[in-house]
Amino acid sequence: MLQNHEIALSVNNLNVYYGGFHALEDISLEIPARQITAIIGPSGCGKSTFLRCFNRMNDLVPSARVQGQVLFYGQNIYDPKINPVEVRRHIGMVFQKPNPFPKSIYENVAYGARINGYKGDMDELVERSLRAAALWDEVKDNLKKSALALSGGQQQRLCIARAIAVEPQVILMDEPASALDPIATLKIEELMQELKKDYTIVIVTHNMQQAARASDYTAMMMLSKEGSRAGTVIEYDRTDAIFTRPKDKRTEDYVTGRFG
Amino acid sequence: MLRKTFETEIQQVKDDVLVLGSMVEKALLDSVDALKKRDIKASEKIFAEDQAINGKRFEIENKLMVLIATQQPMARDLRLLASALEIISELERMGDYAKGIANINIRMGDEPLLKPLIDVPRMAQKGVDMLHRALTAFVNEDAETAKKIPMEDDEVDALYNQVYRELMTFIIQDPKTIERANWLLWVAHNLERFADRVTNICERTVFIVTGEMKEIKATDDEFWKQQKQ
Repeated sequence: MLQNHEIALSVNNLNVYYGGFHALEDISLEIPARQITAIIGPSGCGKSTFLRCFNRMNDLVPSARVQGQVLFYGQNIYDPKINPVEVRRHIGMVFQKPNPFPKSIYENVAYGARINGYKGDMDELVERSLRAAALWDEVKDNLKKSALALSGGQQQRLCIARAIAVEPQVILMDEPASALDPIATLKIEELMQELKKDYTIVIVTHNMQQAARASDYTAMMMLSKEGSRAGTVIEYDRTDAIFTRPKDKRTEDYVTGRFG
Repeated sequence: MLRKTFETEIQQVKDDVLVLGSMVEKALLDSVDALKKRDIKASEKIFAEDQAINGKRFEIENKLMVLIATQQPMARDLRLLASALEIISELERMGDYAKGIANINIRMGDEPLLKPLIDVPRMAQKGVDMLHRALTAFVNEDAETAKKIPMEDDEVDALYNQVYRELMTFIIQDPKTIERANWLLWVAHNLERFADRVTNICERTVFIVTGEMKEIKATDDEFWKQQKQ
């Protein structure tokens, strides 16, 4: 199904453990470049854990153990030689709750680039990032204002601008709109369509309509078997297929709201 | 079971489709019966009652739109509601065939029938019988039955062929019968098309169950094949 796409990320036989708890079981799939891939599934099936594998965020959990490979354009990001901070520069992340720094709008966007020793024109970078996040017109006259004064939807777009400013190739989004109202949600979804021209996007969402509206591919996750607590991907296909003619009965039950 | 309300509403849609179907079945059988008896009053009634069929179709269509907008159906539910939209439009047009036959009877005025109707009522009975079972298969989401019904279309085509040949012999013997033969030919043609549309309904039922959108191949060319021989 992905033959016409460049592959940004390849997951091979991925297993994740938190101490003795098997969290993710044997996942293998490929994420197409400059497309939007949604990860859906019931609560507790490991969607966020899976998303966090793409930029080694699980390294921050002391008991976490990751087996298998995640290849980023062919390079295994779990190779011991690889610096996880470097990984996160290429594969950025936006979280469920907007989490701007308690600084000005300008400083929020400039922050990552400063740390990376950005030598270019900072004003230009800030403007470009805010424009890409569809926020520029709303904040251009108030760049010195605290980011905390923005609305929730604006804060989330600011976080996207902040992620873009370090020029990553992939943006991971963990429920980016779940704390937003429907209009702010639609703005984020529209923005994703713009962003996918330049970035590969992977989004975890509880909102199935959002996955259906906004993504190109959808991975359906669920606990691997009765009694197990390990999540796995049970079906992965074009989004239109997942929502109109899924192959797996469990996907069918989930997307029609009959799961549980 | 989650979504009990939605399940109930889907059941309601199915019931509504059955009601519309039975209105169409009755209209078709009545239209042929009125023609057989040359009962113009009955035909006028059928002609007028087509409004009720159209109205019922719009009513169901509206319900379906509301369900799609408010329930965000997915997968099999979506296929079912989308198919119901298609099926009610088929039914409404099948109702138009009954109206067409009623109209022919009205326009024939005092002209007697060219011949007693034998195969024409059979075509109507067969078509209605197929429709009835096709709608039952739809309600039961029974793809196996839905796949088989279109094969019976050949019987209707064979009857059409028989009527066609018979009417041709009248025309050849006495060209003055052309107009009266033509009336009946139109009636038979409407009935043949009626049965064809049953196939479209069956295709939707298969789609609901399997997700596959494809034509069921009844030997629809039977009529034309026989004409060539």
